[in-house]
Amino acid sequence: MRIQLRVWRQEHKSKPGQFADYELPEVSPDMSFLEMLDMLNDQIMRQNGRPVEFDYDCREGICGQCGVMINGRAHGPLANTTTCQLHMRTFKDGDIIHVEPFRAAAFPVKCDLKVDRSAFDRIIQAGGYIAASTGEAPEANSILVPHEEAEAAFDAACCIGCGACVATCKNSSAALFTSAKISHLALLPQGRLEAKERAQQMVAQADKEGFGHCSNTEACEVECPQAISVLHIARMNWEFNRAAFF
Amino acid sequence: MLDAKIPEGPLDKKWEHYRSKSHLVNPANRKKLKVIIVGTGLSGSSLAASLGESGYHVSSFCFQDTARRAHSVAAQGGVNACKNYKNDGDTVFRMFYDTIKGGDFRAREGNVYRLAECSVNLIDQAVAQGVPFAREYSGYLSNRSFGGVQVSRTFYAQGQTGQQLLLGAYQALMRQVSAGTVKLFSRHEMLDLVVIDGKARGIIVRNMDTGEVERHGGHAVVLATGGFGKIYYLSSLAMGCNASAIWRAYRRGAFFANPSWIQFHPTCLPQFGEYQSKLTLMSESLRNDGRIWVPKKKDDNRPPNDIPESERDYYLERRYPAFGNLVPRDIGSRAAKEMIDAGYGVGSLKNAVYLDFSKAIAEQGEGKIEDKYGNLFRMYQKITGINAYREPMRISPASHFSMGGLWVDYELMTTIPGLYAVGESNFADHGANRLGANSLLQACVDGYFIAPSTMPNYLANEIRTGPIDTRQSAFATAEEAALQKLKGFLAIQGSKPVDYFHKALGKILYDDCGLSRSRAGLTEAIAKIRSLRGEFYHELHVPGGGGQAMNSELEKAGRVADYLEVGELMCYDALNRDESCGAHFRVEYQTPEGEPLRDDKNFAFTSAWEWTGLDTEPLLHKEPLHFETVTPTVRSYK
Repeated sequence: MRIQLRVWRQEHKSKPGQFADYELPEVSPDMSFLEMLDMLNDQIMRQNGRPVEFDYDCREGICGQCGVMINGRAHGPLANTTTCQLHMRTFKDGDIIHVEPFRAAAFPVKCDLKVDRSAFDRIIQAGGYIAASTGEAPEANSILVPHEEAEAAFDAACCIGCGACVATCKNSSAALFTSAKISHLALLPQGRLEAKERAQQMVAQADKEGFGHCSNTEACEVECPQAISVLHIARMNWEFNRAAFF
Repeated sequence: MLDAKIPEGPLDKKWEHYRSKSHLVNPANRKKLKVIIVGTGLSGSSLAASLGESGYHVSSFCFQDTARRAHSVAAQGGVNACKNYKNDGDTVFRMFYDTIKGGDFRAREGNVYRLAECSVNLIDQAVAQGVPFAREYSGYLSNRSFGGVQVSRTFYAQGQTGQQLLLGAYQALMRQVSAGTVKLFSRHEMLDLVVIDGKARGIIVRNMDTGEVERHGGHAVVLATGGFGKIYYLSSLAMGCNASAIWRAYRRGAFFANPSWIQFHPTCLPQFGEYQSKLTLMSESLRNDGRIWVPKKKDDNRPPNDIPESERDYYLERRYPAFGNLVPRDIGSRAAKEMIDAGYGVGSLKNAVYLDFSKAIAEQGEGKIEDKYGNLFRMYQKITGINAYREPMRISPASHFSMGGLWVDYELMTTIPGLYAVGESNFADHGANRLGANSLLQACVDGYFIAPSTMPNYLANEIRTGPIDTRQSAFATAEEAALQKLKGFLAIQGSKPVDYFHKALGKILYDDCGLSRSRAGLTEAIAKIRSLRGEFYHELHVPGGGGQAMNSELEKAGRVADYLEVGELMCYDALNRDESCGAHFRVEYQTPEGEPLRDDKNFAFTSAWEWTGLDTEPLLHKEPLHFETVTPTVRSYK
């Protein structure tokens, strides 16, 4: 199939960017979206151009490194799918596809489609852990976790840190990302002890990084590759408010 | 003569004996010492966090944009530990025996026993960190079984165990970053190792965002850089997985052990087309409920559901009735290749076999299967467009894990003093074939428990050294060489992109140094690789022409340049080993039934290769394997 691309090109974070038009005459419907971009780069290099910089690594939807806006949607038109798991069979012959980086004040563009998501690391550094140093752990089965709670914790813990929630949010809020970690650890008995400080510090760090507030549009849940529920945001708010009063 | 430094004493007392006698570093002295750790997968993150917690200064490097993306994240099925929670007869010794047998008696007893011994504490550690392992309704931890064993000792978190363990280690690492003990350098790739007076003293790295080349010094350097199965281009690995760090170390004098032992995972997605960049893995755990078959008739083009039961060949159940679909990976992969090569392959390219869940769904219900493997079925559907609840998956073997890696002794130190290799980047525990769910285990125990106990034995003698001055000439020379190499790639200005060479190398290795090998094929492959390498330095096209900070093609060029040398070493290694063992199957050495023929009399050793220069044969050192406790037997899963 023939695909027309309008791709955001920006050589450096301090230089202005713009869209550039490309055309790929022979895209296979079985290709992944990133393999289509590989094909584009191959074509650009044959014409001695500068290939498009884009992030990726595992190409199986788990590392969280890939992610672009495709026709205005984070990771493209399919719900709960990373860019690498999107395949060209989703598009039609002759389609025009706009490809842009994830945009947010806290995610500055580094080059073309690559953005700096290190703010996420700093949110985790602010308290997204259980302080259990190596060697301190008690026997594993001495901490009982009911099946449902373990599964609920997993559903929050499976966040891949891709940033689609931020990119799709009109407020560029990191509420889903931050709440997923707060919720994962607060749901487990071994994480309860530090729940208060964790909620306060992580939320404060997200604010400091320049992420916006959540206004409950729930767009993040739709785009989240792991379908993480916005109910975790509610739990984060509960933990945060609870921390102030109790 | 290589000294593995295996402690004295009975097998079950060696590790305790070692820890009781080794040198320690006083807590007050730890802050005088700096350790460089390259790689932030399970072994690198867990070690960086553990050393940081003890009070050492750590600099941690990764090429990804954050530590949490290292490829440990993609491990699906589980992690083994002999907790014997199922009361099914599991013990440390049984796990040790399963692992050493699974590795076809080509691993060290002492190392493997320690791996099993430490597995118990690892689960405790992970649970304390908040890793949400699967639980029974009673709240107790749940287990499942994996290939090559007859007990249930695999702990799991749905199909994302590697992700959850890695996030546990990553969070511990972030805690240390926040505490100021660990300094993090993401988007930094190691270009060279700096050796001064015979000791590892630092590394040269490239900041992949700015293009700047930097020097970093430390009292010890740890490589935790993972495996190099991506050398075949098509593999289950992440696109960035590479051998460059360990290859740089090899060229600086570290020995490389068993480089040709690469595991092909039997349950990956087959290749669909030329443009394909990846053969996604479907967890081995699927073989607990999925049955593998091919049509009994060659070139059978009927859709799988139209092929009646009587016309299906469940070849693993037929050939290996004791283990059936749960045979170890090398056996499962080779059997699939044999069926495909014989003309029984399925799918449009006839390069796959079926993995069928219809019986399990009929017996347990679709809901139960979805609980266990829901994410895998979803992933399969996204990639192929096929609903595996309705029709069997198509799977095929793909390059997956390198059992070989840098040679290390019992302390995980390479032949360069002060240089350690942990996790998949070393060779130590899996012999010629790794059992499922043992890789997460090895990475974790190396990082959490083993290296933190062995490194002080070396670092104790470094407390008077003082900070490592990176203005020394060895740093300058290494930095200049690295810069020249990068400039060299840009200056070639040929017509072929990096991927062309990577794909060509992958094809040579897949054909001649893959699932099966032969003397003639390997000899020819060495010549082909040398010629391809020549072409690379004449025909390579890297865009940018210098001055450009961010350049993915330049990064890839460095990795493929190293792969073009690694591939040759793999062939020498495979050529030298005139036997079949584990993943290494030499067609000249097989039984009349096609089973591998091991030669314990002549090949019960680890091959440790020493760099001698480009285009020359490397030098082989042999570390004999002493079996004091077990008796190597013919590995039978029939």
